[in-house]
Amino acid sequence: MTEAKAADTVLDVKNLQTVFFTNSGLFRAVDDVSFSVRRGETLAIVGESGCGKSVTALSVMRLVPDPPGRVVGGSVTLEGKDLLSLDEAEMRNICGNRISMIFQEPMTSLNPVMRIGDQITEVLRLHQEMTAKEAWAKAVEMLRLVRIPEPQRRAHEYPHQLSGGMRQRAMIAMALACRPALLIADEPTTALDVTIQAQILALIVDLQKTLGTGLILITHDLGVVAQTAQRVIVMYAGKKVEEATVEDLFENPKHPYTRGLMASMPAVISFGAKTDARLNEIPGMVPSLTNLPPGCAFAPRCSLAMDRCRAEYPPLQETGADHFAACWRVAEMGAAP
Amino acid sequence: MFAYIVRRLALMLVTLFGISIIIFVLLRVVPGNIVDILFDAAGFVDPTDKANLEKELGLDLPIYQQYLSWIGGLLHGDLGYSYVSEKPALQEILPRIPITAKLAGLALLFSTSIGIPLGVLSAVHQGSRLDYTLRVVSLSGLSLPSFWLGLLVLMAAVSLFGHMPIYNPNPATWIEAFAIYAVPAMAVGFRSAALTMRITRSSMLEILRQDFIRTARAKGASEASVNYRHALKNAILPVITVIGIEAAFLIGGLIVTETVFNIPGVARFLVEALRWRDYPIVQNLVMLIAVVVVVTNFTVDMLYAAIDPRIRYGD
Repeated sequence: MTEAKAADTVLDVKNLQTVFFTNSGLFRAVDDVSFSVRRGETLAIVGESGCGKSVTALSVMRLVPDPPGRVVGGSVTLEGKDLLSLDEAEMRNICGNRISMIFQEPMTSLNPVMRIGDQITEVLRLHQEMTAKEAWAKAVEMLRLVRIPEPQRRAHEYPHQLSGGMRQRAMIAMALACRPALLIADEPTTALDVTIQAQILALIVDLQKTLGTGLILITHDLGVVAQTAQRVIVMYAGKKVEEATVEDLFENPKHPYTRGLMASMPAVISFGAKTDARLNEIPGMVPSLTNLPPGCAFAPRCSLAMDRCRAEYPPLQETGADHFAACWRVAEMGAAP
Repeated sequence: MFAYIVRRLALMLVTLFGISIIIFVLLRVVPGNIVDILFDAAGFVDPTDKANLEKELGLDLPIYQQYLSWIGGLLHGDLGYSYVSEKPALQEILPRIPITAKLAGLALLFSTSIGIPLGVLSAVHQGSRLDYTLRVVSLSGLSLPSFWLGLLVLMAAVSLFGHMPIYNPNPATWIEAFAIYAVPAMAVGFRSAALTMRITRSSMLEILRQDFIRTARAKGASEASVNYRHALKNAILPVITVIGIEAAFLIGGLIVTETVFNIPGVARFLVEALRWRDYPIVQNLVMLIAVVVVVTNFTVDMLYAAIDPRIRYGD
């Protein structure tokens, strides 16, 4: 990484390892994952359910429920500070202030017995020297910023009086109230109606540009990735299997899993095209994390797997400018199939 | 909301009317009245004397007339005369109310101020030694009858301090007043404290798993703020329900405790009056307790709406 880039880096995660201790054994939810986010940049983390995307985000925020989970290795550096070595009080000063998070479920992520305004005011008063009145005014201003109509009135309302989309807007207002350096959005639109999804996404990206916030967007929707992200990480069974710029990834995916994901994306069938085309799927199922094969976790589902794939885990190799993939057959991967 | 309150108040009256009939009938189903008891104690029976006394007390009238005269008097604030002391029932009951009210109030204060924080602690440190200890202690609170606990407390006081707190209507010192009221209040409130703790714990455990708790942590809220401001306020509704029910149960516990600690409150008086079939005292005391229970229930329902904005009473 060059020096100019390093100065611009908001978050730098190196070799992060998070494990869960369960009755059925220990499993590595996040295994040796590294990535970085620059100021104003959007990094997308993509993968199927259970691939470790959300746990990666929670590990960065130090919100992994312990027990059963624990971050056991690696480093998380936010604006030069190693978050994993901070004590609880220091970490509380950072959470909601320099780094904040939007969750998947707007219906349940707001406290049902607190007014919307109070919930935003709380984060402001925790991190900034403000009187109750100033904080309330700022909360109303934040609600206006996320385009909630009649923000003064809405601030006095409780979550159950707001629709799902409104609640997610309120969550965004809360997350951005202290102008964090990094925002993590964990599937922020999954629980919303399709018509609202695009609005919320556009809002997040718009505010991110205005405020210069770094953004980690966790999603399983490649369409969302193509619209919003600059760089993409593809995760599979707790590991990073590919990383590239968004253009490069869509033009030239190197990992068979990424290719499978793209092939299973429904495309809008243009007029006159063959309409009986069947959507591709990746055969098989995501392996259980407690019982991973010794080699590449994707090998059992991979049409290109060889004996070596089943025996040894492939290292992450640089296959082009800023493009990395963990596959033994990466050299044979030419242009997109 | 206003219409709802009016309807609730009307329902309360209906409930109290039902209770008045039940208590009136039940009392008269119990064999013997005060005249029987007095004459049995004297050892001989002169039927004319007995009939005269019954007539004097109005016990010879048909049961519906007895009921009507009681209710009629009650509506005018006339509670009748105690058969035993021959004083107005109101005069007998009124001075005893503050004693029991203090005991019950202290017991409730004790059970909530101990039970709720310990329940929160237990839930927050689920699976820890503290949690197990608190759960064992609370289990003992649920299984020890309050008269047994009361006796243990008295015996402990004697063996530790050489004397036990004895009721005195005009305690000389603050400490004496505390000993007189607080010790029996704790003995009777231990059970409610244990129950409150257990309900708080299970309710908190459920709430602490909710998404909005994670949101609060992500905001950088302190542990205390997460546990009390965010979690407890959501977890408190079932606790309030239980405290409301316990407040009614408390009366039963107080009967025993007032007897064990020899405190001249309402609850002990009720038992004595029952033994003498002192109808005016028993009827009016039970009605008083019924009013307290009904009003407590109403207060609990109103508290729901005050605490949880999602609960609104429509028409």
